[in-house]
Amino acid sequence: MSAVDAGMSAVEADGRRVPRSVTLLTGCVLAGLIVAVAAVSLLWVPYAPEDTSGGRLTPPGLPHLLGTDKLGRDLLTQLMIGARVALEAGAGSVVIGGVVGLAGGLAAGFATRWLDDTISAFLDILIAFPTVLVAMLVTAAREASLGSAIIAIGLAMSAIVARLTRVLVKRVLAQDFITASRTSGTSWPRIVAEHVLPNIWPTLSVNLALQFGLAVLAEASLSYLGLGAPPPNASWGRMLQEAQASVFIAPLGVIAPGVLLVVLVIGVNLIADGVRDVADPTRRRAR
Amino acid sequence: MAVYLLRRTAFLVVSLFLAGVVLFLLLRLLPGDPANSLLSVGATPDQIAAARHQIGTDRPLPEQFASWLGQMATLSLGTSFVSTLPVGPEIAARLVVTVPLTLLAFLLAVVIAVPVGFVAAHRAGTWYGSLLSALSQLGVAVPVFWVGMLLITVFSISLGVLPAGGFPTDDWASPGDALTSLALPTVTIALVMSASLIRYVRSAGLDVLGSDYLRTSRALGSSFTMAMWRHGLRNAIVPVVSILGIELATTFLGAVVVESVFALPGLGSMLVKGFAQHDYPVIQGILVVSTFAVLMIGFAADVVQRLIDPRLRRSLARDAG
Repeated sequence: MSAVDAGMSAVEADGRRVPRSVTLLTGCVLAGLIVAVAAVSLLWVPYAPEDTSGGRLTPPGLPHLLGTDKLGRDLLTQLMIGARVALEAGAGSVVIGGVVGLAGGLAAGFATRWLDDTISAFLDILIAFPTVLVAMLVTAAREASLGSAIIAIGLAMSAIVARLTRVLVKRVLAQDFITASRTSGTSWPRIVAEHVLPNIWPTLSVNLALQFGLAVLAEASLSYLGLGAPPPNASWGRMLQEAQASVFIAPLGVIAPGVLLVVLVIGVNLIADGVRDVADPTRRRAR
Repeated sequence: MAVYLLRRTAFLVVSLFLAGVVLFLLLRLLPGDPANSLLSVGATPDQIAAARHQIGTDRPLPEQFASWLGQMATLSLGTSFVSTLPVGPEIAARLVVTVPLTLLAFLLAVVIAVPVGFVAAHRAGTWYGSLLSALSQLGVAVPVFWVGMLLITVFSISLGVLPAGGFPTDDWASPGDALTSLALPTVTIALVMSASLIRYVRSAGLDVLGSDYLRTSRALGSSFTMAMWRHGLRNAIVPVVSILGIELATTFLGAVVVESVFALPGLGSMLVKGFAQHDYPVIQGILVVSTFAVLMIGFAADVVQRLIDPRLRRSLARDAG
């Protein structure tokens, strides 16, 4: 019995040092691929993004490896820049949504019942507005750009993050160690820093990773509707919209951006699942 | 239950009011003067003032809000700046496309997701249980408009069996034609929506299958089917219903993108056009109607959840008592 126990814990200890989770590994490879492409695009792309010298809808081959789009732009170049735009959209939205949502959720979590009810009611209403609507309002106020899209997606996300944070904060604050800490004279800001944030972070970070994937999809939808980054910033969503009419002459223009979107989002989702599995032993048994 | 209904209705009314406040402020605080969209470039200050007076944006905010509330209460949604037609009937005409699309997609998604999710839970650990989970992972990561594009490519362009877009001009006069044009959009939404639903059904199923009450019921001699029917389903359905409410609302509003892919004359395309033309009454009318719909769906989902879960009813009685 003890031998089995020792064996189990050795595997677990090992699993903690090097994540053995296939899910996590697959996720890292898929998302890492897109990150690598985006990183390369910062240093080098085959053609300038506005270069339309390639001729319209050239089939894949040399000198344009993946062919050109309907304006004669190099598809590979556009895809590489698109990777960067997608990652910027995801990261920017998560930063905005995370900071605003965390602040709002902490406020609601610490608030008195009346204030808490009011904040919760507002959050429910904000969540009722989908990202696309919020984005339309933001773009109506500003103009269609990557920044507008990121602000809109981040704001829409912040309501979801705030609601989750609020629940998590309430759960931590109900614990005995908080009472003990208060009794021994710890100030509220120190309690937040030392007890609340470290305790809510595991769940919150997994959720933020999932939100990253949703933000990438939202940016693609907005660009598809013409509400995203204007040229020369290539966005996978806009590329799909532009390629839709020429799907039979140049099928790669419709397939490639979509596949890359799926690869990135699945990668990030798998990382989130994998981290959750590694961090939470109760879920490992369930699978 | 009566007390709960009263409280929940009161909450609904408060939410509607708060949503009205948020919408009003959002639309008023946006930079850009709605009066400009009435005028051509180079209008004189007098013309601008006249336009502002005509829309009523020259009055103080509280007064504007009061008259706006009055309008909303009587369900008069104003007239479009661009077409000068009343917004209400136009929205009603668009709902003829959007509401059936939403409901059909929702039904199809449930029909796909419930059995598939249950099998994925029941056969968790086998190869096809894992395959089903992997497929739903894939579905969650696919952009909905891309699914639409691929379906158009296969079924409209290659096979030529279904229309790529559009809707009969006489709406539902010939239901066959209307349904045919909604076929691909419905499948598009349902496929993506069922992917996330499958995950919820699977996790609710896993909880039930691992539960003590199911094992007890089996130990007392019930067949698996009987135990699931008597105890499993009733417990599994509770979390699923609350997710269904959210999904239904998301579908209704997410139709914006899918309607663009299939060029459907629904609420979504009206909204996109309204934004392009800075047609404030149109934008406002659609936002009011959709917010109302979303809050009503949430209300319905909560009430249904109470009806099917006696535990929630009891804990509420304790709260009230």
